[in-house]
Amino acid sequence: MTTRIDRRFETVQAEGRPAFVTYIMGGDPDYETSLRIMKALPGAGSDVIELGMPFSDPMADGPTIQAAGLRALKAGQTLRKTLEMVRAFREEDNETPIVMMGYYNPIYVYGVERFLDDAVNAGIDGLIVVDLPPEMDAELCLPAIQHGINFIRLATPTTDDRRLPAVLKNTSGFVYYVSMNGITGTAIADTSAVNEAVARIKGHTDLPVCVGFGVKTPEQARAIGASADGVVVGTAIVAAIANAAGDPVEAATALVRELADATRNARLAQAAL
Amino acid sequence: MNEQAKPNSFRTGPDETGMFGIFGGRFVAETLMPLILDLEKEWEAAKTDPAFKAEIESLNTYYTGRPSPLYYAERLTEHLRDIAKKQGKTGGAKVYFKRDELNHTGSHKINNCLGQILLAKRMGKTRIIAETGAGQHGVATATVCARFGLPCVIYMGATDVERQAPNVFRMKLLGAEVKPVTAGHGTLKDAMNEALRDWVTNVEDTYYLIGTAAGPHPYPEIVRELQSVIGRETREQMMAAEGRLPDMLIAAVGGGSNAIGLFHPFLDDTDVRIVGVEAGGRGLNGEEHCASITAGSPGVLHGNRTFLLQNPDGQILEGHSISAGLDYPGIGPEHSWLSDIGRVEYVPIMDREALDAFQLLTRVEGIIPALEPSHALAEVIKRAPDMAQDQIIVMNLCGRGDKDVFTAAKHLGVEL
Ligand SMILES: Cc1ncc(COP(=O)(O)O)c(C=O)c1O
Repeated sequence: MTTRIDRRFETVQAEGRPAFVTYIMGGDPDYETSLRIMKALPGAGSDVIELGMPFSDPMADGPTIQAAGLRALKAGQTLRKTLEMVRAFREEDNETPIVMMGYYNPIYVYGVERFLDDAVNAGIDGLIVVDLPPEMDAELCLPAIQHGINFIRLATPTTDDRRLPAVLKNTSGFVYYVSMNGITGTAIADTSAVNEAVARIKGHTDLPVCVGFGVKTPEQARAIGASADGVVVGTAIVAAIANAAGDPVEAATALVRELADATRNARLAQAAL
Repeated sequence: MNEQAKPNSFRTGPDETGMFGIFGGRFVAETLMPLILDLEKEWEAAKTDPAFKAEIESLNTYYTGRPSPLYYAERLTEHLRDIAKKQGKTGGAKVYFKRDELNHTGSHKINNCLGQILLAKRMGKTRIIAETGAGQHGVATATVCARFGLPCVIYMGATDVERQAPNVFRMKLLGAEVKPVTAGHGTLKDAMNEALRDWVTNVEDTYYLIGTAAGPHPYPEIVRELQSVIGRETREQMMAAEGRLPDMLIAAVGGGSNAIGLFHPFLDDTDVRIVGVEAGGRGLNGEEHCASITAGSPGVLHGNRTFLLQNPDGQILEGHSISAGLDYPGIGPEHSWLSDIGRVEYVPIMDREALDAFQLLTRVEGIIPALEPSHALAEVIKRAPDMAQDQIIVMNLCGRGDKDVFTAAKHLGVEL
């Protein structure tokens, strides 16, 4: 079965360029603004949208995304509302893949089966759940696959060759390579090490490999996009929304446009070298 | 009663995937998973290694001062019998204290820290991190780090840094770096989040020395095994003192390490009633308590599934307790399981009751208890008068109150 995610990566690969994946926190700074930002992302060059599900205790996130989650929760965001956001987005856009990203507890408390039914109905394509390693696949990964939802796994610098097959086993859609040991928002130290890791993972799978955590500037997007199938930017966009002097939608789209251009041209830049 | 749900033994958990029934597990980020598997391997090797066992026993004896005494609290027993008499009852169980407050560093936390630092050394880790609430675990961690010459960083909620100032100073004296955490309410949960963030960032060289019987597998088992020295000694000492097992065990439950340490060796002695005491804070009606089992529901936090204080959207609540060591919205997974299958009873004690018990023990026995075991003591005070005089309660007096005198003074309206 092909999903919106599979189709999008096929298109992007046919165009000979990496995908540009954007992360925003659902409901940040409030539901309406967040939905407006989400709707504006594809036009600004986002190929795939990761939509954060806010959680009170985001153990893998740095201060910027922690603060965004707290803003969203304070403004009344719930998992039900995040699903509602996707439904509203889908009324106008039935092509852009949407991946919900967050932590397991809100889903567990919502009820796994009920959540997956509602996620399918809302038009969600994939899930990234930070605190569900392959050892816990029975919790959500396997049920999600049964519902036709891609379960996108994080691979990290600590995931060695022995462990990679287990991590890749039930992964579909794409593989998300976490560029370093750390939390979201930390700066990438070494892009060449990232490129080596991407090559290593690609030796184990035909799935697209996207790289995230710490990509903030057009230069980094270009460097990573040279080898990766996709570049993920989160913290920088979330920060632009938080620090916007004027309309946060404009602040977000301006940055996304700049980063999307850099990502799209990554291979050209490399070819020109 | 559902007979089928009762296992043959209550002491076989966790299973190989780290579960106690539906509780426990390994809900961690991929970055940490390889390390957690390494830790499990090292722990499996260490726990059957006679040299590891011998080293812990030697440190327990000569460094911590184990075994801790099992003390018959004669005056408290008499006091509670007088109360029973005034109520027209003939009861008043004999009360014993397992005196882990006499350990080096003043609480049971050192039992766990010594074992885990040996594990860290076996794994070749060169940097130790830990979270702390009351500061007792922070002090114990800083102590073993000084003893073994390893650098250590302690994460502590900013609120706790303020209310446990003497322990902050102790940690610094011992050479630890104390990092105040301002996220959330600045208590134990926030400190644990921050410690986990440090760990993912420094996973190659850093050992996370968790302070309670919670977190991802194998931590709940490791901490339980290291703390079970409390229950094993108690069994032996009780046989020597009374020639039989006690009728009831009572311990305070924060994350649950002192409690599981006392309880575990007795779990299959089903004539021994077992009671865990949660922090009832200012009452269970609002959100100002930490009674995860009594008033919470199952959820996933900090690497394990367990009872949590949370809202209907699965967002974790902050909770409240007068005692920083009990101020945590979760509980170790084995306790959730023991509650679920009905082997251990969990009850709340309010701030006020704990404070009263704290003062009573100080006057009647000349022992200043920590506010955490003061919760257990308040439950002893409730139960003993209704039990026969030939019955025996053992309470885990797991910490001393030196750290709490400022908090107590504040609540009693005394300016120091
Ligand atoms: C004296 C004392 N008792 C109890 C606790 C609670 O922890 P646990 O439930 O793991 O024993 C603490 C924690 O700091 C403590 O210092």
